[in-house]
Amino acid sequence: MMATVLSGDLPRSRVLALILLAILICLALAPFLFPGVRTVDTAARICIFIVLVASYDLLLGYGGIVSFAHTMFFGIGAYGVALASTHMGRGFDAIFVGATAGAVLAAALALLIGLFSLRVRAIFFAMITLAVASAVAVLVSQMSGLTGGEDGLTFKIPRELGPAFKFGDRFMGVKLNGKLLAYYFVFFGALILFLLMLRVVNSPFGRVLQAIRENDFRAEAIGYRVVYYRVAATCLSAAAAALAGSLYAVWLRYVGPDTSLSMEIMIDILLMVVIGGMGTMYGAVIGATLFVIAQNYLQNLMGAASGMFEGLPVLPDLLSADRWLLWLGVLFILSVYFFPTGVVGRLRHGK
Amino acid sequence: MSDPILRLDGVYTNIAQYHILQGVDLEVPRGAVTMLLGRNGVGKTTTLRTVIGHWRAHKGTVTFDGEDITRKPTPAIARAGLGFVPEDMGVFADLTVEENMVLAAVSGPIDSARLDWVFTIFPPLKTFWKSEAGTLSGGQKQMLSIARVMIEDRKLYLIDEPTKGLAPAIITTMARALKDLKEQGASILLVEQNFAVAKALGDTANVMDDGRMIWSGQMAELATNAALQEQLMGLSLDAH
Amino acid sequence: MSIAPEHAPKMAQASFAHRIGPWMPVLLVPMLVVLGFLAIPSTSSWLTLTVSGLAMGMMIFIMASGLTLVFGLMDVINFGHGAFVSVGAFVGVSVLLMLGHMTDAPSLGLNLVALLVAVIGAMIATGAMGWAFEKVIVMPVYGHHLKQILVTMGGLIVVEQLIIVLWGPEEIYINRPEALKGAITFAGAALEKYRLVAVVVGLVVFAAMRWVLRRTKIGLIVRAGVQNGEMVEALGYRLRMIFVGVFIAGSALAGLGGVMWGLYQEVITAHMGNQAMILIFIVVIIGGLGSVEGCFIGALLVGLLQNYVAFLEPKAALISNIGLMVAILMWRPMGMIPVVKAK
Repeated sequence: MMATVLSGDLPRSRVLALILLAILICLALAPFLFPGVRTVDTAARICIFIVLVASYDLLLGYGGIVSFAHTMFFGIGAYGVALASTHMGRGFDAIFVGATAGAVLAAALALLIGLFSLRVRAIFFAMITLAVASAVAVLVSQMSGLTGGEDGLTFKIPRELGPAFKFGDRFMGVKLNGKLLAYYFVFFGALILFLLMLRVVNSPFGRVLQAIRENDFRAEAIGYRVVYYRVAATCLSAAAAALAGSLYAVWLRYVGPDTSLSMEIMIDILLMVVIGGMGTMYGAVIGATLFVIAQNYLQNLMGAASGMFEGLPVLPDLLSADRWLLWLGVLFILSVYFFPTGVVGRLRHGK
Repeated sequence: MSDPILRLDGVYTNIAQYHILQGVDLEVPRGAVTMLLGRNGVGKTTTLRTVIGHWRAHKGTVTFDGEDITRKPTPAIARAGLGFVPEDMGVFADLTVEENMVLAAVSGPIDSARLDWVFTIFPPLKTFWKSEAGTLSGGQKQMLSIARVMIEDRKLYLIDEPTKGLAPAIITTMARALKDLKEQGASILLVEQNFAVAKALGDTANVMDDGRMIWSGQMAELATNAALQEQLMGLSLDAH
Repeated sequence: MSIAPEHAPKMAQASFAHRIGPWMPVLLVPMLVVLGFLAIPSTSSWLTLTVSGLAMGMMIFIMASGLTLVFGLMDVINFGHGAFVSVGAFVGVSVLLMLGHMTDAPSLGLNLVALLVAVIGAMIATGAMGWAFEKVIVMPVYGHHLKQILVTMGGLIVVEQLIIVLWGPEEIYINRPEALKGAITFAGAALEKYRLVAVVVGLVVFAAMRWVLRRTKIGLIVRAGVQNGEMVEALGYRLRMIFVGVFIAGSALAGLGGVMWGLYQEVITAHMGNQAMILIFIVVIIGGLGSVEGCFIGALLVGLLQNYVAFLEPKAALISNIGLMVAILMWRPMGMIPVVKAK
């Protein structure tokens, strides 16, 4: 039963299984275990980033393709829901239409870019996605009539998902309102998407993809059209990223360039994939959880550390809370060198 | 000959997961032409590439001129006096014939007397001196690749199938070039599928099969013994 | 041995398209200039835009040339190349600010000396940084594109953050040296002096690079190495040393480009290199990865197109370059001047 849900891809490590289980329980019961606006918000972000990072891992870890347009696809999904909700009025139909349109557009765009660049060289893809994603980000901020420009768009989601909607008094001390429903909307949406992706990477398609990553010449020689598989992986990954973006938009009731399109998020995704473990799917769970928590709490810690070295040259600047990206960058490089299979790889094989 | 210019002792070379060389022993005497023969895919090219350092032997030793070069980087091996003509000729297509030759003269400017000698052997190179090598015909490219090693005096010439895919007239030119080189007292290790050329040039012969040396001896002995050829190489190459 | 048939290659009359093929990329630049002339109503605006397009193209070329050569030679793709642009700009601008008394003086000679000192300082800094970057970041991941992209991207993040640590998070505004401010009027068009200088510097760098690549032995080794590195080693040249040299030179040029770009924009930020990378990538892709000439032509096309389109329809400027890339890749999937590798 469990094996079926996980598509036969079990954690294969007792410690990993326990950690994953703990994360699952914490996320599933987050509003009850950690009541509080900030913690529930953190939990929802973790859910969404798990999907986003897993969809990126589908491309990077399983397909061996580096993309810098993942936030663009994420943003397309987010803007899809925002625009649909703005123009169609609040409602689940608007969310559905927006999310579907976003996913389709993202997949179509991925198809175009993929056919263009993957046909020639896989590394073209990395460069071209970087250029296209930046151009789209600029375009979105310029087309302020449609997208709200730099300010973004604030929109209404169905009443049932808002804090004003109440369907009971309290349960275990937690208010039973629409915000709680919104969290579970995000949680189950993310869970379903994650399990679907787990299914994809463990399907025959996923196996071929991994064979291509290992040796594309051989895969081509056996008779697989490498380009088609790679392009298909790109499209799937883009669609999944767009759906994650839609969930994010529903949760925030807002979209803007900073929350969905920025290069910073792209770098965050890269860090999460590498630290969690490329090509494992479960790495996305670990990476996203670690990273989002670190993002929220590590900065405070660094601020404290910086204060301790007050008066010394440079050191306080190096440790300042704003410089946490510096240390993540260093961690990132070290991970790629010494730790290429990430936390999950370590737990599975390393002793 | 007591002191060979090149010596391989029990060399094993793997390429990815394939064990290509499985204990190759080879002696190349000084001032003679040593033939390396065998069917396709038995490891002749890999042997040469292991000597020049493009592939690494993971077991065994390669000794060149009394020095162990097994672990040396390719440029150091080449500078020690090894001239290499790869199977694919390795001509720099975007460079002119002149530029190809200038690069081949590693130790300094081209020696003009030696260049004249090369021109008498390969006249087309003089004609196309300023042309891009990519515009040359297949035979002319092969001439260029041989000319590149001939432009300087090397202690040993490693030449991989210089007559492959060439028209008979050009094969004659190649054979004459190698003969000229031999008459100057050069040491040559030659991989050759054309048995007529091998017979005409070779002093000693070594036959490989399945990553090992299965026979070593005088070329003349092999050339006159059809039964031995049949046994070693599976078909009588004399029929060509 | 049988007698070979007379080997008489027929020089078939090549079709017009075939003969013009190799020259097409070169012709694209004047074609675009003419197109701009037809599209832009005022001749003086067209002239101004053409000069500024060429200036921008030259600067992009200077920044991009190292990247394309490094790729051609060792198949290394450096996503952190933009870091050298940023560092070059910060070092160069810092030097210029220190030499304020020389840049503020209305003397062309003093201004140029200050500029030269700044450029040399920036190039030494980025060259040294390139050496370290190659050793620490790039060398461990030779032959592995995926890791190269990830690690060099990581290197870029670290360098950007270090710039912020050293120079602070605020953007720095900079005035051009006194004698390079303002414009000269030519045929009714205002041509900014600084842009003219940028065009000249770009041409000098391109000419010098071509001279080194065509006329020196090092240049021959580099060109040969781009095609077949293995054979270059088999001839006895240490390709790795050459590669490190090219990497350092390319980094120093990116630093030069950074100073020029900073003075062009008159403001520098830690992220400016990363932003420049977008145009740099477009240029090296359409030029053909590994080709210096292709990079030069590509840079001019991008610079000109960006300026023409920005004048006609400001919002479409960046998109127009994506469009250019798409069009060129449809025409030649490996770029305008594809580099043919052995094997």
